[in-house]
Amino acid sequence: MHELSVTQALLKTVLDAAHQAGARRVRTVHVVVGALTGIVDDSVQFYFDLLSQGTLAEDARLCFQREPARGSCQRCGHTFAVTPPLTPMCPACGSSQLQVTGGTSFYVRSIEVEDDED
Amino acid sequence: MTRTREIPVVQAILSANEQVAEENRRTLARHQVFAVNVMASPGAGKTSLILATARHLPANVRLGVVEGDVASRIDAETIAAAGIPVVQVNTGGACHLDAPMIRSALTHLPLETVDLLFVENVGNLICPAEFALGTHLNVVVASVPEGHDKPYKYPGVFTRSHAVVLNKADMIDVFAFDLDAFRRGVAMVNPHAPVFVLSCKTDMGVPEWVRWLLAQKEAVHPSTTP
Repeated sequence: MHELSVTQALLKTVLDAAHQAGARRVRTVHVVVGALTGIVDDSVQFYFDLLSQGTLAEDARLCFQREPARGSCQRCGHTFAVTPPLTPMCPACGSSQLQVTGGTSFYVRSIEVEDDED
Repeated sequence: MTRTREIPVVQAILSANEQVAEENRRTLARHQVFAVNVMASPGAGKTSLILATARHLPANVRLGVVEGDVASRIDAETIAAAGIPVVQVNTGGACHLDAPMIRSALTHLPLETVDLLFVENVGNLICPAEFALGTHLNVVVASVPEGHDKPYKYPGVFTRSHAVVLNKADMIDVFAFDLDAFRRGVAMVNPHAPVFVLSCKTDMGVPEWVRWLLAQKEAVHPSTTP
């Protein structure tokens, strides 16, 4: 449900970068989203299509790159990718002594833009 | 003819919010206010925790509250009835508070007479975690009836919290709540966060929570002895 305000912030980030680069049109936006952020890709694209109308980023495609969160077992050392709901036990040895790190990123990695050819 | 090119950006999407959060940090520092962002599902006991804390605070620590809610004033009225200065922020449907809302709320509080400020976020375990407010601490309140799986299902908010409060602990047996599983879930995503098992109804565990909270406050803004 916070995708609306998140998308407003995303669009502003994109438009600022596009203006700064003197671009005519934004074609693609590469976004990195951590697995633990609870941000829903489809919902962000939905709001982006609405909010970007009449801007340089109208019709731009959002390309989401999921940043996984990593689980690591404190007993056997096994590491594995995790998404919520988190597993309470190590898939390798069954230990419940797990550490989860990463998966909290949320940033624009790059934008692909069009320029006028002079 | 057009040509396309890729421009590296690498900018946090919520950086505008983060800038205002930084502004809020400076405002709070200027007035020597220690601020705590309280996050939880609806009904976990955010307002109850604030009121229970108020009952156990020493007289020289003056409390203030920012009440975030989608629409109503019910919680703000409860806080005001306890004689605590309170500002209501209605988010108008938004599911979380953000830093600009807090910046505006701070202008409506008598900050010079507040030592400890609670910001009660909108009842939601997902969205509030993404938005820094400029508070010194994030605290997540879980409650026994919600079940012990909350850290596993909503790891984001537990990851971003400095402390975890488990409220309604007087009901642990009634709900067959697995406290060990809950603690392991918290430790998995946030091994350094203390877990306070308490009941705002019976006050069990509340003094320990308040002692910890005051120690955090003292580390930032030492109180002047009256």
